[in-house]
Amino acid sequence: MKKAVGIVLLAMGIAALIVACGPAAPKTVKFGVFEPLTGANAGGGALEVEGIKLANELYPTVKVGDKEYKIELVIADNKSDKVEAANAAQRLVDKDKVNVVLGSWGSSLSMAAGPIVKNAKVSAIGLSCTNPLVTKDNEYYFRVCFIDPFQGTVMANYAFKNLSAKKAVIIREISNDYSVGLAKFFADAFKQLTGDENAILSELNYNTGDTDFSAQLTEVKKFKPDVIFAPGNYTESALIIKQAKELGIAVPFLGGDTWETPEFIDVGKKAVEGVVFSTFFATETPITDTSKVFLDAYRQKYNKEPAAVTALGFDGYLVARDAIQRAGSLDKDKVREAIAVTKDYPGATGMITLNEDGDAVKSAVIKTVQDGKFVYMATVQPY
Amino acid sequence: MTLSLLFQHIVNALSLGSLYALIAIGYTMVYGILRLINFAHGDIFMLGAYVAFYGITLVSLPWWAALLVSIVFTAFFGVGLERVAYKPLRDSPRISIMISAIGASFLLESLGVLIFGGRPKGVPVPDVLSRVIHFGSVSMVTISLIIPLFTFALLGVLLWIVNKTKTGMAMRAVSTDIEAARLMAVDVNKIVSFTFGIGSLLAAFGGIMWSFKYPQLNPLMGVMPGLKCFIAAVIGGIGSIGGAVLGGFLLGIIEIMMVAFLPTLSGYRDAFAFILLIVVLLVKPTGLLGKRQAEKV
Repeated sequence: MKKAVGIVLLAMGIAALIVACGPAAPKTVKFGVFEPLTGANAGGGALEVEGIKLANELYPTVKVGDKEYKIELVIADNKSDKVEAANAAQRLVDKDKVNVVLGSWGSSLSMAAGPIVKNAKVSAIGLSCTNPLVTKDNEYYFRVCFIDPFQGTVMANYAFKNLSAKKAVIIREISNDYSVGLAKFFADAFKQLTGDENAILSELNYNTGDTDFSAQLTEVKKFKPDVIFAPGNYTESALIIKQAKELGIAVPFLGGDTWETPEFIDVGKKAVEGVVFSTFFATETPITDTSKVFLDAYRQKYNKEPAAVTALGFDGYLVARDAIQRAGSLDKDKVREAIAVTKDYPGATGMITLNEDGDAVKSAVIKTVQDGKFVYMATVQPY
Repeated sequence: MTLSLLFQHIVNALSLGSLYALIAIGYTMVYGILRLINFAHGDIFMLGAYVAFYGITLVSLPWWAALLVSIVFTAFFGVGLERVAYKPLRDSPRISIMISAIGASFLLESLGVLIFGGRPKGVPVPDVLSRVIHFGSVSMVTISLIIPLFTFALLGVLLWIVNKTKTGMAMRAVSTDIEAARLMAVDVNKIVSFTFGIGSLLAAFGGIMWSFKYPQLNPLMGVMPGLKCFIAAVIGGIGSIGGAVLGGFLLGIIEIMMVAFLPTLSGYRDAFAFILLIVVLLVKPTGLLGKRQAEKV
């Protein structure tokens, strides 16, 4: 008898549990933040997360149909590692069941997540990953920044027109898709501008995490180039420029958007003064009303000037939120379609219109380092 | 290749090699006495660099004082690590203690990420050490000149300690046979602690020199140098102090010359170091200056 009562009680308990766990409507909309927070790219990842968090503080809710949802950020560290990145992305879509993924700093890491978000049909918005392959053949990956064929051309133009350079040497981070891609687009554009098939004297390689570049730089000395293009991770790049100065190389260094992190100046110190690179946004030339909202909020919260990728983090969040509102549904495909047709959305970094590949077509900004700060030089419109 | 470029490459190679040699000595010391490959060596190296960094930036110590504080702190830390992670396993099979070393390495790396943060930090390098000197068209930084001097000085001091002092005799006794040494009234615990102290001190010194030459810190900065210097120690014959120095220089020279003569392969530099390790192990398993031993891990 006692046993029977026990079983009945147990059954009732289980039933109660099942009811409690039943299909209740989700109370929050989840944005997966897929960024490197440790490892070689941690500096860049942290900057983007700042922007996403700021946007989340200013715009914490999203309206789906006529219901207001709170937006919850689920942060996953991809550890600057391609394998870990795949795991982190898998966790976001499988376990956390996020509605959208934002990130990652570093094209290689975004590319590792590509097939995962595609299979799970969860839309991802890249913030500052510029390699064309991130969104190519992947209708679920978008981005709010320009891509490297444009960035490479901008820097080749700068080298050719502003520095009157005729011969260049390229130093690439061979294990980094971003660096290899950008180097190639620079080389193509530079050869075309100079009309010289041999305008690139040499392409030297290094690995992520290397610290000694003296051998490669001694080779550079031999070629006597007019300019050195060295896109790559910020710490390695800063060490390269520092060691180049120590070897007596006075040739100007050009780079890409990854250089704009505080660590670049912190590691390079005086050696990186005067280097020139392209990036996405300059605080000196706020473009839209959103730019002002972003700048005011950022300056008030952090008491410093934001990096371009922080503004992109802010924009990625807003584009995702806007798309969900327009979709009026949390259905994965409807969200995807809504993101894909984003047009003239006023983001902090300018008007955002996504083209058929899912890439934003935007102007580039050229910056330099002066007195230990990143300083705005020029804006280049898309060709 | 012109002569001045070749000279520049040689200078680069010697400066990198001497740094490898410096760190490899610590590896080989511990192995020579305990037959233990201390996989946490690279992480103690990282710890030393961070402690000096905080000494300079937080407490605003002059760089040499920060260096001394860090070395002393790290030496004691190494002794403590041995007490906690290795001593309880001294009589267990070799493999357990080696796995414990790998565990200690991961623990230190994770603690580094937690305490120091995952973002890299720039090291304020003292002006004295970052001055550029030119010899004709060959240039080098003062730190690159100082490192080999220290490497050789330390080599001399260590060889003297091991071969000429009483402690050194005890160390050699422990290295030959722990039980027999204990019977001869050698305080084994003290000798092992002493060895770990010196090994950690060398790692800290190497870490600080590394961070002055490549002024960037991150919690995983010890992994690659740790592996490379382990390779250097094995090439030279692990357990042999002179061998570690020779191996370090050889590795530095080969790495630089590979980039110099085969620039297109410069991305495969690390792979090359590992290939070299395999070749040495196949051809001369005891390393260049190593003695034949019955037992190997």
